[in-house]
Amino acid sequence: MIEFRGVTKQFPDGTVAVHDVDIVIPPRKTTVLVGSSGSGKTTLLRMINRMVDPTSGQVLIDGTDVATVDPVKLRRGIGYVMQNSGLLPHRKVIDNVATVPLLRGESRRAAHAHALELLDTVGLDRSLADKYPAQLSGGQQQRVGVARGLAVDPNILLMDEPFGAVDPIVRAELQQELLRLQEELGKTVVFVTHDIDEAFLLGDQVVIMQQGGLISQAASPAEILAHPADAFVADFVGADRGKRALHVTEVDGRRVVVDADGRAAGVLAS
Amino acid sequence: MNLFLDAFAWLADPANWTGPGSIPQRIAEHLWVSGVVLVIASAIALPIGALVGHSGRGREPAVMISGGLRALPTLGVLTLFGIWIGIGLAAPVISLVILAIPPLLAGAYAGFESVDRRTIDAARAMGMRELQVVGKVELPLGMPIVVGGIRSATLQIIATATLAAYIADEGLGRFIFTGLKTRDYGEMLGGSILVILLALVIDGCFALTQRVVVPAGVRATRTAELRSRPTRPRTVVGRPNTEGNQE
Repeated sequence: MIEFRGVTKQFPDGTVAVHDVDIVIPPRKTTVLVGSSGSGKTTLLRMINRMVDPTSGQVLIDGTDVATVDPVKLRRGIGYVMQNSGLLPHRKVIDNVATVPLLRGESRRAAHAHALELLDTVGLDRSLADKYPAQLSGGQQQRVGVARGLAVDPNILLMDEPFGAVDPIVRAELQQELLRLQEELGKTVVFVTHDIDEAFLLGDQVVIMQQGGLISQAASPAEILAHPADAFVADFVGADRGKRALHVTEVDGRRVVVDADGRAAGVLAS
Repeated sequence: MNLFLDAFAWLADPANWTGPGSIPQRIAEHLWVSGVVLVIASAIALPIGALVGHSGRGREPAVMISGGLRALPTLGVLTLFGIWIGIGLAAPVISLVILAIPPLLAGAYAGFESVDRRTIDAARAMGMRELQVVGKVELPLGMPIVVGGIRSATLQIIATATLAAYIADEGLGRFIFTGLKTRDYGEMLGGSILVILLALVIDGCFALTQRVVVPAGVRATRTAELRSRPTRPRTVVGRPNTEGNQE
């Protein structure tokens, strides 16, 4: 369990990125932080592995204040996946995946054997192990990034807009892959995105943030749609328009669901 | 043309190739002085440059100091130190170190700066210590540019090390100064040709090294880019990540 208690982050230039945030991130579930840019969602994420230290307040992992833990040790125990994969360009795929286990002092042989298994886990062919990141497609690189994040079998996996830079088809593929992985592995995933659809698809809990690092609402996607906390949330999730404002019409005795523009979205199962 | 013939005659004279003060001995001295200077200057400039490039701090003073040092005329500096310290190798070594520091410093900080900030951020987020970030990420990726700095410094040292002979009995400059004094322009030009050849050979070695130190994965990128892009690829320098602890 990850817990934020009264966390504020003010950068030296005076910008308040996160303002007095209290939130509990439940274990073995996916929590998605969603908001437009400048809402402090990435800052919030990076406080968990101490890439950013809060100005005030505490971040606790299983009851331990992360401020009391050596940042390097902390980071080696937490998986981190970032946009553009963040792979080391001068190292082969297999060495990239094995980076953290090697840093932790595992033998090269064991780390490499495990890295090959991880390639299987994320759905990559083992023949890619000896390629360099630049020789892979964007989607493949992102999968390697996920494999690297899982390499030390961490309880917590932080994902900072991991699918932001790939094309929509690959993104949908990776999203499904993440859902499958999460079902298999049951990690505590904290995921940052600015895409509300992605948030609703992946999140067990969705945290909606607004400018100035304020949390507007933290709840399951269904609850948010049913009871948006305020006008900002309602507008952000688009509950009253487009493909979320569905209603039922009857066509030849069957009940068809249509969206706000009258386009057919599906059939109501009886 | 006569002068060139004299120079080649001097170079071809077997008497100049043996004994004390012979060409091989002078070449060895020249390389020795250049090597000592390179080691001292590198020991000073490379760590500072690496620190500046790694931390992103102190860039302004580094640029100013290296620019200022570049403006110093080496002959003047040499004369000054010569008067101060006296005859011997100390004065030319110091002057040459001052000459070599700017390109080394510039190469080191440019090399470290050129590494994509996002790659460094990822390395840190994975749990690399600062020294590991330097040694495992910044150094290998910035190496080609760092070596470029060493290459240009070496070229300047070898060319300018002729001045060591101005106040010490060392190096290929001896032939130039002796030739000048005795009006033996064949010897003078012959000595110059030797310096030029030496500089070219060493520079060639560095050109090869510079190619070798480009990490394989980065080379792979370049070929891929060359294939897909009509224009010459430029170094991509990521913007510094502002959302992090200042480490």
